[in-house]
Amino acid sequence: MRGKRMLKTGGLIALWIVVALFLLFPFYYAVVSSFREGSAIFEASLWPANPTFANYEAVMTDQPFAKNILNSLIVAFSVVVLSLGLATFASYAFGRAKFKGRRLLLYTILGVSMFPQVAVLSGLFEIVRLFGLYNNLLSLVFSYMIFTLPFTVWVLTSFMRDLPVEIEEAAIMDGASSWTIVTKVFLPLLAPALVTTGLLAFIAAWNEFLFALSFTLTNEQRTVPVAIALITGASQYELPWGNIMAASVIVTVPLIVLVLFFQKKLVAGLTAGAVKG
Amino acid sequence: MSRRSAIDSARARSAWMFVAPMLIVLALVAAWPLARTIWFSMTNATLVDLTTYDFIWFDNFVVHAEGRWYGIFTDPQWLRALWNTLVFAAVSVSLELVLGVIVALIVNAALPGRGLMRAAMLVPWAIPTVVSAKIWQWMLNDQFGVVNAMLEGAGFIDGPVAWLGGSSLAMVSIIMVDVWKTTPFVALLVLAALQTLPKEIYEAAKVDGIHPVKVFFKVTLPLIKPALVVAVIFRLLDAMRMFDLVYVMTGSSEETMTLSVFARQALVSFQDVGYGSAASTGLFLIIALITVIYIMALKPLGREKAA
Repeated sequence: MRGKRMLKTGGLIALWIVVALFLLFPFYYAVVSSFREGSAIFEASLWPANPTFANYEAVMTDQPFAKNILNSLIVAFSVVVLSLGLATFASYAFGRAKFKGRRLLLYTILGVSMFPQVAVLSGLFEIVRLFGLYNNLLSLVFSYMIFTLPFTVWVLTSFMRDLPVEIEEAAIMDGASSWTIVTKVFLPLLAPALVTTGLLAFIAAWNEFLFALSFTLTNEQRTVPVAIALITGASQYELPWGNIMAASVIVTVPLIVLVLFFQKKLVAGLTAGAVKG
Repeated sequence: MSRRSAIDSARARSAWMFVAPMLIVLALVAAWPLARTIWFSMTNATLVDLTTYDFIWFDNFVVHAEGRWYGIFTDPQWLRALWNTLVFAAVSVSLELVLGVIVALIVNAALPGRGLMRAAMLVPWAIPTVVSAKIWQWMLNDQFGVVNAMLEGAGFIDGPVAWLGGSSLAMVSIIMVDVWKTTPFVALLVLAALQTLPKEIYEAAKVDGIHPVKVFFKVTLPLIKPALVVAVIFRLLDAMRMFDLVYVMTGSSEETMTLSVFARQALVSFQDVGYGSAASTGLFLIIALITVIYIMALKPLGREKAA
């Protein structure tokens, strides 16, 4: 009996290791490749023989990669602040007030999240041009609302609904306005939900590619994903893989750290959004 | 009673004020552009000048002129993209579902280090899609890629395989990368569902000596079905609009071109806003249709449960 159990546990651990290897190997290999330079990069070995930071230096000096990172940060932070701001107030109404058309509106908003991004591309092009925002980061902050607003509104609404009604009643009895209730009473209570949805919005904005590729033109205005996708070498067939891997590692490590740090909250947010959505 | 109704009416009055800013932004970024895309799909507008165009009804979709058929519905490239998209969505979502459940069951075992395992599962999800595409493109490189080196070292292949070079292997590779990237997401959803299941059922089944496989199909699967249903619709909608992975890994190669890649190519690369908008509208309608069919198919299930 005991032997059988140990065998079973051993088998499970072996399976775990296989799964973990499959999940983690690509990123590990990217890190290894990023430390190889010159002809060493073409040896497909699993560890760097003579590690060097040359690729990291090259990617920062050959192109405005620092500017690209800054662009991504500006866009992602603006998107988070704007969508959380708009969604908090909307979710107060959706979560706590009974008004005509509430359900219809909520489901329409959910419908927006199923939009394929290309379906709004030509219409957005027109708006972006009209406001003179082509090749401007503002065009990205604006257009990213299409995918951050629906899920922030939905997740925050479900959190708003679960807040105890007594707090709100007490505030109303004290003569507090709806504005005060949202900003002074509910906002602090919502902080954990705001962190989770904000983080998800940040990641979505940081990773977005189609709009960023279409609405920016010059290297200086590009965000990180576009910059990495468009890194080219001397010719089409000579991609500087070392630089690409270094750039990939630079933008992914902070993200992985962030995700692992907020692991529990993120998983809760992802599953809550999926289950309640 | 009066206290509660006073609160309710106060809330209802201010409700619209609180919703309005969000609705205005959403209308401006979603509703209006979608309407314009549908409008443009019936014009011959170009990207160079979006203000002068002719209204040509459904000529971008299908038209018979001078003895030939034109429009996206008769365009072999669009039809190929439609086929690619359907194949990609069907195969990748099925694989992700099956593997996601398997991985979730494996990780659900009560062993030390489960937290670490769950952390590892978040890594592929956390890596930006463009970065994953680039990493895999490098690993699958026909001359210097580690995948070919490993397979050759293990004796599975004789010479280098051109994974991404214009053959049906390119679609296989892209599906594989998508499965790598999104199976953990499905597994996390399933894992969350698994952890809500009552332990008593499993103990009872064990006492009765029921085979674990039977327990899975008779007990576990029906109980986690709601979570699977949600995971499938999320993944399916995502897969149908797939753009970045394909665009970065194989560009606009015909073997892997999806509907989103086709639409963007017509719209931006060929500057043909009319034709590109028609392709976008087509994709929008297909996705809307799938969503409606899915919801309709689920309705009887929901009633069954309620009854």
